[in-house]
Amino acid sequence: MISRIILATAVAATSALAMGSFAQGQQDAAKASGDLRPASSFTSIGDPTQRSLALFEEAGKVIAHPRCVNCHPASDRPLQGNAMKPHQPPVVRGAANMGAPGLQCTTCHGEKNTPLVTTSIRSVPGHPQWHLAPIEMAWEGKSLGQICEQIKDPARNGGKDLAALHEHMAHDSLVGWGWTPGDGRDPAPGTQAVFGEIIKAWIATGAVCPKG
Amino acid sequence: MQISINGRPRELDVDVDTPLLWALRDDLGLTGTKFGCGIAQCGACTVLIDGNPVRSCVTPVSALEGRDVVTIEAVSGPEAEAVQKAWVGLDVPQCGYCQSGQIMSAIGLLKIEPKPDDQAINDAMAGNICRCATYPKIRAAIHAAAKTLEG
Repeated sequence: MISRIILATAVAATSALAMGSFAQGQQDAAKASGDLRPASSFTSIGDPTQRSLALFEEAGKVIAHPRCVNCHPASDRPLQGNAMKPHQPPVVRGAANMGAPGLQCTTCHGEKNTPLVTTSIRSVPGHPQWHLAPIEMAWEGKSLGQICEQIKDPARNGGKDLAALHEHMAHDSLVGWGWTPGDGRDPAPGTQAVFGEIIKAWIATGAVCPKG
Repeated sequence: MQISINGRPRELDVDVDTPLLWALRDDLGLTGTKFGCGIAQCGACTVLIDGNPVRSCVTPVSALEGRDVVTIEAVSGPEAEAVQKAWVGLDVPQCGYCQSGQIMSAIGLLKIEPKPDDQAINDAMAGNICRCATYPKIRAAIHAAAKTLEG
């Protein structure tokens, strides 16, 4: 049975290679990133609750972007590309969210994005701390409201209070990779600085979450 | 620039963005490491860097400052010996093209996990493709090597 699973996986991967299904880079490049409104543009909303909601909806453009969700998968396998397909090769998260023993993230992902000369994949993404978000931080398949409640919950956000959450969103350099994802990948909308300001303003207005 | 390959410093006169695989094969004549896909999808180019399996086709030589690269030509130690013995004993390769990468990944796995179960082997070897589908023999050989390592 297991040998058949391995074989099936390998055949799938081989035929995917042969068919050039790894043209994800091109798909990614074709989709332009949207803009991100600065936090200051929300001051016209007088009601703090409504302003907070609007700010989080805006932050959602980043949070729900494939550059972010792809490494917050609901399963043990990361996702790839704007189409958010399962990662190839078929890697698993491993006990420390850095891959399986013998096939760690660092087997392929270096400290920096690495440009390639192929047209199928234009670069291999990289960062010194490249790893998956822990399973309790999974965002894949969740609504923005559910993600909002989740990122405020210390049991599911790595024990962060709102100040630490802002620090993570605004300054963590692996989060920041989302805006500098390397050739062939759309960056998250806006900049990390603009995103950080939105999160700060959302917290200042009560960190209100959308319903549902 | 200078990098450590197979235990000795080697001078490379290449652009710093050159993938290690090119440096190994074209500049140093170490052709045991194979080119398969060039995009880290097949595992044929696997070498050990500081003891861990790494795809040399997507590793620029600029990332190798102060690190220790070992290729199939010079890999040594108990895991390497056990893997070599198991591979020969079970006659694992068919065409053989992917086997250099398979062997380096297997050695890398056994260095971390001396007694892997089927799932651990599947997870570790999932990035090494074999078009001859020698997977059952590869898994059996890794189990055999683990047994040898037990003593």
